Amino acid sequence: MAEFIQILVSGLAAGSIYALAAVGFTLLWQASQTINFAQGEFVMLPAFFVLIGMNFLGLGLWPAVGFALLLSLLILGLTFKKLIVEPMLPHGTLPLVIATIALGLLMKESVKEFYGATAQPFPPIFPQKVFHVLGASVSAQDIGNLAVSMLAILGLQLFLSRTRTGRCMQASAQNPQVAEILGVDVKRMALYTFLINAALATIASVLISPVYLAKFSNGETLGLVAFIAAIVGGFNQIRGALVGGLLIGVIDNISAVYISAQYRAAVPLLLLIAIILFRPQGLLGSKEGRAV
Amino acid sequence: MLKKLIGSAALALVLAGSPAFAAELKVGSIVELSGPGAAAGVNFRDGVKMGFEEINATGGVFGSPVKISEYDSQTDPQVSRAMVQKAIDDGVHVIAGTVFSSSTVVNMLVARRAGIPQFTGSEAPSITGMGNPYIFRTAFGSQKGVPKMAKYMAEEMGVKKVAVVWANTEFGKGGYSAFKAEAANYGLEIVADIPTEQAQTDFSADVLRAKNSGADALFVYLTEEESARFLREAQKQSIGKPMIGETTLIGHKVIELAGEAAEGAMGHVGLTPDADIPAMKDMVERFKQRFNYTPDHNAIKGYTLAHIIKCVSEEVGSPDSAAIAEKMHGLTLTVEACPGVLMDVSWDETGEMSRESFFVEVKDGKQVVRAILPPN
Repeated sequence: MAEFIQILVSGLAAGSIYALAAVGFTLLWQASQTINFAQGEFVMLPAFFVLIGMNFLGLGLWPAVGFALLLSLLILGLTFKKLIVEPMLPHGTLPLVIATIALGLLMKESVKEFYGATAQPFPPIFPQKVFHVLGASVSAQDIGNLAVSMLAILGLQLFLSRTRTGRCMQASAQNPQVAEILGVDVKRMALYTFLINAALATIASVLISPVYLAKFSNGETLGLVAFIAAIVGGFNQIRGALVGGLLIGVIDNISAVYISAQYRAAVPLLLLIAIILFRPQGLLGSKEGRAV
Repeated sequence: MLKKLIGSAALALVLAGSPAFAAELKVGSIVELSGPGAAAGVNFRDGVKMGFEEINATGGVFGSPVKISEYDSQTDPQVSRAMVQKAIDDGVHVIAGTVFSSSTVVNMLVARRAGIPQFTGSEAPSITGMGNPYIFRTAFGSQKGVPKMAKYMAEEMGVKKVAVVWANTEFGKGGYSAFKAEAANYGLEIVADIPTEQAQTDFSADVLRAKNSGADALFVYLTEEESARFLREAQKQSIGKPMIGETTLIGHKVIELAGEAAEGAMGHVGLTPDADIPAMKDMVERFKQRFNYTPDHNAIKGYTLAHIIKCVSEEVGSPDSAAIAEKMHGLTLTVEACPGVLMDVSWDETGEMSRESFFVEVKDGKQVVRAILPPN
């Protein structure tokens, strides 16, 4: 029982971070029909912004996180939209997909070139405390990761459903032409979506790097897992991406402990195949509806 | 026209007669500069670089500077194979690298076919067990280091049950097999057998399995970055058991990456910058000034390798690859005769090396030597 609790908590903590990245896939798909194959690198990069802030500008951890958030909003949000998405989108989805793959490679190689190929230590965000719950050791870090991720996604859901701007974003995603006729600034709403994605990527990066360490290649695994999570949960629903991320995190841990450590990476892929075969819209996705 | 011809011939004769032209030693440094092995590879590369910079500053080898060409294996065995071939095509006399065993077992066949001596930083036992007369180690094979550790665990620490966490790579399989054999010899029961993948990031399930296995201690045989992630996860789950491994568990890069989580980890190291050896301490200081970071064992391997190549080449008297390889078998280099090797070292007929080594524990972010272990 204690073992299962610990697997569950660790899985949920890792899964919640996957969910943050998966929500990014969902948001961009809804806002501009963009599948961002650089999403893993979007999560990798902010950790290096934090390290630049700390090691080169002499900032403390939290000011450096703020600095990373600003840079991410500027580069991963605004610049990405203006320089990559807007010029490529009129040419269709495929050129844009290829452009994001190229962007991911560029980001990865740039970090390798300018910061180094080796992993970098990243300071812990939460205290290194361990709580004992029903015989299981649950770390403050796992609880913190889970809480922050859940709050971020819950906050996003509330923003989208309870605020005027959020509802305008949903309207723009569902039917941009009608939204424009109704006076919604569709371009601005799309920009907000890209900025939110950049902010979520920054949160995911800061949460995951203390354990994964900051490394140029971190995006490879993260991007793939988040993509699988988004498909499993439902590419057109935020709550789907959330469920997909959590599910993948828990299944990965359960399969590593109870099935086989060697084949753990195959289990999420098997789940992906099953979903594509039997429920292509994902666990919580809808067949036609599009809502941010 | 005749004047030009005579002039060219004279110039050619002068150049051919000059020792600098005839005897320039070319070394191909093929290491993991990117990919999961970059932590080890960059250290090794910098060690080689500093070693040859110092050698070149004092006149080089055969009176001319050694030429080093660098190649990135990307921690990919097939790329490493292609890079070894490229180095050979570029005319190198000696190859330095690779560090990751999975690459070395593949690329050493290329160097063997071309008759080029190769000095590797790899530790998998199979590397010197294939009868390759051109391969030489710069660090112990795990079949040499692991018995010392198993003995220490059983006799000094009183360990009875062990959880083994190992990398499912050529390097990890070598260490795992060696430990399994030694565990049987010393009556250690392996209660959990946990293979992991190269470049694995999430170790929560692996730590949990080890923690709940009923083991008295963990034997951790992973590469540097994975070791650091494992240690961080172990701290997160407050594992509360001693963790013992090879150099890759308690190396300086691991200590830097794992931070406090590395405290208390123990292991066997062939080379350590914290050893009480004046020449080693001097080298470490020069390295810090040159590269602005503390070298780990891989950097020291690379540095000593440069001096091994210098000393053996000078004993041979020419950059003759076959003669260098032949000379290496059964060779002993002492600090007196070849100061850059830092410690006396010998090679047997298989290219395996023998040297004193250290059992260390991480305390306050440093390796503290608990025991000096004799050569075996």
